Amino acid sequence: MAQATVARSTEASKTVQYSRAFAGLFLRDLHVLRRELFPFVIRVCMNPLLFLFVFTYVIPHISSGASMNPTAAMAGNAFSTVLLPGLMAVAIMFSGIAAVALPLAQEFGVTREIDDRVMCPLPVPAVAVEKICFSAVQSMMAAVIVFPLAYYVPAVHPTTHVSSWPFLLLVVVLASLTAGALGLTIGTSVKPQQIGLIFGVVVIPITFLGCVYYPWAALTHIRWLQVGVLLNPIVYMSEGLRAALTPTLPHMHPLLIIAMLVVALCLLTWLGIRGFLRRVIG
Amino acid sequence: MIVEIEGLQKIYNGRQRVVAVDGIDLNVREGELYGLLGPNGAGKTTTISICTTRALPTSGRVRIAGVDVVAAPAIARKGIGVVPQYNTLDRACTIFENINFHCLYFGFSRAEAKARTEQLLEQFHLTERTGAYPSQLSGGLAQRVQIARAIAHRPKVLFLDEPSAGLDPQSRIAMWDAVRGLRQEGITVVLTTHYMEEADELCDRVAIIDHGKILVEDTPANLKASIGAQRVYLLDLKDCSSVPVLVDGLKKLAGITGVEATDKGVRIFAQGADGLLSEIVQAANPYGLRDLTINETSLETVFIRLTGRDLRE
Repeated sequence: MAQATVARSTEASKTVQYSRAFAGLFLRDLHVLRRELFPFVIRVCMNPLLFLFVFTYVIPHISSGASMNPTAAMAGNAFSTVLLPGLMAVAIMFSGIAAVALPLAQEFGVTREIDDRVMCPLPVPAVAVEKICFSAVQSMMAAVIVFPLAYYVPAVHPTTHVSSWPFLLLVVVLASLTAGALGLTIGTSVKPQQIGLIFGVVVIPITFLGCVYYPWAALTHIRWLQVGVLLNPIVYMSEGLRAALTPTLPHMHPLLIIAMLVVALCLLTWLGIRGFLRRVIG
Repeated sequence: MIVEIEGLQKIYNGRQRVVAVDGIDLNVREGELYGLLGPNGAGKTTTISICTTRALPTSGRVRIAGVDVVAAPAIARKGIGVVPQYNTLDRACTIFENINFHCLYFGFSRAEAKARTEQLLEQFHLTERTGAYPSQLSGGLAQRVQIARAIAHRPKVLFLDEPSAGLDPQSRIAMWDAVRGLRQEGITVVLTTHYMEEADELCDRVAIIDHGKILVEDTPANLKASIGAQRVYLLDLKDCSSVPVLVDGLKKLAGITGVEATDKGVRIFAQGADGLLSEIVQAANPYGLRDLTINETSLETVFIRLTGRDLRE
């Protein structure tokens, strides 16, 4: 009886120790982000802003649009409706890479700062999970920043309609966590010197083949591609946001999207933690 | 015993099989300043990495303050402070924040963390650099910040891996003072080094380690006494072909306790006898004496005696 109580109290003190260490790490990351908020916002804005400016403002003014964008027929005149969820998905995914993969490459390679983080009094996988969670916060901030851009910059505003806020929130949270897990997987599986290469070889392809600039249903005429892109987690991020924000466009079934995001999250988290352990524990 | 290492072994099975640590047993008493002395690649850093939960042993056991570092690494880390060979300070945070966040990781309240940080900055004479970033610090200062941060959570054992590597002589002495100060706080210190002066100057006990094995372990004074000589004469000769004859001749001189041939000449161990120098020179002259070095016996001599090699080779 007494033994059981002791066991329970050490269990409880362990939980307190771990959660305090986790909170400490999170606090540190927030502190650093707050100091670098301006560069963060610039980084998040640049890509969608230019994309929107060229494709939904400049080109429609040059050629009255229709001939230049193939999905115009599907979205009425508003290619912007297609782009809104897509660009948010890219921002989410990109933040995951920028918040986890790039800093990790540096910490593993040049600075070895990671050794200090690993010496925190909590299990090493929890250090990796903290990175995913904090990256998710950045991804959500990025999504919130991109939304007004994608809404107001286009000459023709997109048609948005949120029928279920909880669904939207769930999609954003799951997509953000998945992006962090993707960043962790990339950051731990690539040699620090080759991290630059990752943009060309991984980031750009998964963006262009991630149903960002077209809905998944529009691929129906290119069957092999339509099936192939199902392996790409970005597809479920953009389709999820499409279902939640611009449901007038064709999109995948919401339940399928949630299920696939959960699968991607679990798989990438597992891969990422495995890589992280391999990197930090000799 | 605060640090208990039993039958520790670490084998890297890569393309080439490397036995980094080959059956180390050692115990460190509470409050002791313990040194692992050995050349680069002897297995010191691997041993420290295993003790500090950053590497897993192939076999054997390590307990820090009674906690098994393999079975319960997260618990063991509460009792461990580490200063690795390289600078692991958080580049994105100031000196103050580095120590402050470290305290928060270890469960301090905000007020406690702030108080502890201020006290450490004072203790390590860092108050003027509170707001500086790690990249703005010299090697010696960064090392001091790392030590301050490593002991911020009041660990029972502090591990210092090659603490004076890359430090200028002045910073090294400042670092030694800081480490001696820790002992007054009752922190046990385990350090690795390949500078014999450092081990001699700082440590209560020293283990000499080579090829992953402990060769000998004792206080620096006892280790030096074990040589049975006060001075070491190193002769550099032009003609090495007839060295054995010279060795035999020298052995007959009074006061000489040992003679051995080296690549370039002869090494003589001597118990301080007056006039020995001129006798040695006389004996060696016919063999073309080029140079002569005289050293007091040091831990380096002990290492040479044990391995036949220099520490820096």
